[in-house]
Amino acid sequence: MSTSTTLEAPNTGTWDGGNEPLKASYGKLMMWFFLLSDAFTFGAFLIVYGLSRHSHLPYTGEPEAFTFSTEWWPIPEKVFNAFPGLHGMDLPLAFVALMTMILILSSVTMVLAVEAGHRMDKNDVQKWLLWTILFGATFLGCQAWEWSHFIAGTEEGMVLADGTRIFGANLTVNQYGPPLFADLFFFITGFHGTHVFIGWTLLVIAFISTVNGVYHKRGHYEMVEKIGLYWHFVDLVWVFVFTFFYLI
Amino acid sequence: MAAHSDHSSDFHQTGDIPKAQTKVIWKTFFILVALTAIEFLFAFTMDAGTLRNSIFIILTIFKAFYIVAEFMHLKHESKALIWSILIPLALLIWLMVALISEGSYYYDSITNYFN
Repeated sequence: MSTSTTLEAPNTGTWDGGNEPLKASYGKLMMWFFLLSDAFTFGAFLIVYGLSRHSHLPYTGEPEAFTFSTEWWPIPEKVFNAFPGLHGMDLPLAFVALMTMILILSSVTMVLAVEAGHRMDKNDVQKWLLWTILFGATFLGCQAWEWSHFIAGTEEGMVLADGTRIFGANLTVNQYGPPLFADLFFFITGFHGTHVFIGWTLLVIAFISTVNGVYHKRGHYEMVEKIGLYWHFVDLVWVFVFTFFYLI
Repeated sequence: MAAHSDHSSDFHQTGDIPKAQTKVIWKTFFILVALTAIEFLFAFTMDAGTLRNSIFIILTIFKAFYIVAEFMHLKHESKALIWSILIPLALLIWLMVALISEGSYYYDSITNYFN
């Protein structure tokens, strides 16, 4: 093998492969381009939400007089107004505000873990990864509650033209508005939740590897950095889901 | 504890661990929290409409900038990497214009021609 050393010597000339225009490692570049493709997927989902919303009747009456109807697209504040443990109270967007805060916090603890990795500070990486795992799990728990509430529905439900009531939502029936609204809720927040779950699993693996000293022996914590990129992207997607699904 | 310290000396640390530099990280965090708080302020004090939606979208783009630039560190990467990520995203703007006008046209058709 010693004869192969001349082959492995790095080429330094600009036209001999010594040029690095993007100045980033292979792994990080691949993560960036994967995230770009994922941004197209989420972008397409949110744009289809816009398409569906524009092709339905908007609610034009007073917000106070709003009732659920398949005729018009619902006002998100009237749909997402429940909070665990506070049954029957009208708390518009309070729970989603909490979820947003949890995800932003988890992004901060993630970037702190990456920063600790640059300093080769194993204890700090462990500490911040554990916080990120905790916030990530809390977010997933919140989303599970949000989904089960959305599926079960409110006490009043929706009154149909023939006087019967429907409660909750699935892919074909939706008490909050047109069935498409519930479909998009399940697809968009579900796809985002799947991403959070995948990121969370990767974080747990990274935490175990950090505790075992795998990255320390390797001499760098780039794996934490790459998972960090993915985790921040999940937070970024939530920022857009939050605006286009819950605020507008 | 003795066994534990023996174990951790396997990966010997050369020199002291430098102090954490977290000022920019926390500053970015407070900017993100403040922007979200402003969004809620508008959600509860302003009537729904195109103006309020525009404010939401502008604030969202600001939040996205801080997450991508600082947390994902893109601001500090090479120009070539920054542009190879950002330029393809312009295609989404085209899709947005195309599909939302398509939705509006569909709505217009069913309300004006089939009633």
